[in-house]
Amino acid sequence: MTDQVTVSSATQPRRAISAKIVQLQRRPRIGETIIQVVLFFCGFVSIFTTIGIVYVLFQESLSFFADPEVSLSEFFTKTVWQPQIGEFGILPLVNATLLTSFIAMLVALPLGIGMAIYLSEYASLRLRSTLKPIIELLAGIPTVVYGYFALTFVTPALRDLFGRDTVSIYNNLSAGLVVGILITPMIATLSEDALSAVPSSLRQASFGLGATRWETAIHIVVPAALSGIIAAAIIAMSRAVGETMVVALAAGASPNFTWNPFQPAETMTGHIARISGGDLSYGSIDYRSIFAIGLVLFFVTLILNIASRQIVRRFREVYE
Amino acid sequence: MTIQESKYAIEAHGMSVFYGAFRAVKGVTLGIEKNRITALIGPSGCGKSTVLRSFNRMNDLIAGARTEGEVLYRGQNLYAPDVDAVQVRRNIGMVFQKPNPFPKSIYDNIAYGPRINGWRGSKSELDELVERALRDAALWDEVKDDLKKSGLAISGGQQQRLCIARALAVEPEVILMDEPCSALDPISTLKIEELMFELRQNYTICIVTHNMQQASRASDYTAFFLMDRQDRAGQLIEYGSTDQIFQSPRDNRTEQYISGRFG
Repeated sequence: MTDQVTVSSATQPRRAISAKIVQLQRRPRIGETIIQVVLFFCGFVSIFTTIGIVYVLFQESLSFFADPEVSLSEFFTKTVWQPQIGEFGILPLVNATLLTSFIAMLVALPLGIGMAIYLSEYASLRLRSTLKPIIELLAGIPTVVYGYFALTFVTPALRDLFGRDTVSIYNNLSAGLVVGILITPMIATLSEDALSAVPSSLRQASFGLGATRWETAIHIVVPAALSGIIAAAIIAMSRAVGETMVVALAAGASPNFTWNPFQPAETMTGHIARISGGDLSYGSIDYRSIFAIGLVLFFVTLILNIASRQIVRRFREVYE
Repeated sequence: MTIQESKYAIEAHGMSVFYGAFRAVKGVTLGIEKNRITALIGPSGCGKSTVLRSFNRMNDLIAGARTEGEVLYRGQNLYAPDVDAVQVRRNIGMVFQKPNPFPKSIYDNIAYGPRINGWRGSKSELDELVERALRDAALWDEVKDDLKKSGLAISGGQQQRLCIARALAVEPEVILMDEPCSALDPISTLKIEELMFELRQNYTICIVTHNMQQASRASDYTAFFLMDRQDRAGQLIEYGSTDQIFQSPRDNRTEQYISGRFG
């Protein structure tokens, strides 16, 4: 073969060309193929898992709704959830989830965005590089620790503050506050990323016009980073909705349709955790009901995720 | 008092600027004359931008930056401990190298300065102010129907005039321009230069430029800066009327630079 290549002189052009074509032939690269298969498998596993989970959720939910004891309209409208007596109205569970998530967002949004603005616009480089890992560390604390923090510290504090008669031992407020603390680092770090990504030329322009740090942060940097901040808020919201351990420990263990944050109630996740931990017989209607709750939860977080994508697209301020 | 009679808008006396331990500029003594255009020229690293940025305390925003000596504006040392950098910048505006309009509408870009300065007037007065600023920046005719359009949706040259209009809207006395044309095409550059001549009637302009032709055709005074070989600090070599600097420079190094032998 090497001989043929070297023969590429003007007198024998055709032979030279044919020799080159031979060299262009594909050689099998077995290693490359194996790697491609392995990588494809990695991607496939995550997709397959998701599909599998959704399939099981739908499957069990369908047989739940097919049960003569359950009616779809009652499931979404009734305010009593008592599987023992065949009452399946999901509203008290949804209501508790929304209430704790709302309280959590009330805590986490101002705190998290405030932290982000401080880190990105005020803190020195050294302070930022110390503080950010600490905040990220907060996100690594096991949620069960947060749960006991709610139960043994926040709840007693609330009861001392508002009176033992008003505040129950298990209550939505304590759970919501602590879920808020739990998702604050998420909002803070994601928002800080968005704020830091705003080009410094915009800050310079603002300072050059005689703006203070606060004016620059509020009128220029935050609006330019708004899509990222909103996305952070929605991701945190999904996290709050899906949070289980804190609410299971601190909010209570009885479905209760109430908007009173001092009352005990049970969220969707808390209920699933409690029921599936108990002596639940496979195939029973109680067993299937938790899949129906799971499906509702799945749709709530799915809608939040889709909304966040839409908002990010809508509000994106192109700054360069 | 001699302050009132001073023909200088800004006077630097023995000014040195440090970034941490590094002295970027040393011993600059220079007056920026009122209602004139003063160009700061010199090769890269000679400290001309640093000098410009020290005139409205933009260097404060760089961690570790420190200024020694005096910079007088209306008889006050800008670096006196009781002087507020925010107030300084409201009187001494700045236009940057790269056009940097805010990702807001053209109108809001201009109105931003007055608004943060606690705008008390009515909406129609603000409209007038926006129009005046855009007219003064020779941009009104091009954008008057698109005031709601994003400031980033116009051409680079228009963006830079928008940035000038934005600076004019806070009614500063002095406008500092840091290589305002380096990112622009020749026609846009010419427009900015014509604009500078217009603005000279009401404002004092100090411009940093890499472009010697620009300095020679668009300025009244020229200051030439060069880095000291020994300590790498920028220093003022020669300062005079632009005609004098370009036709009969006194310093040998100025002569070499303007004739294109280095830099």
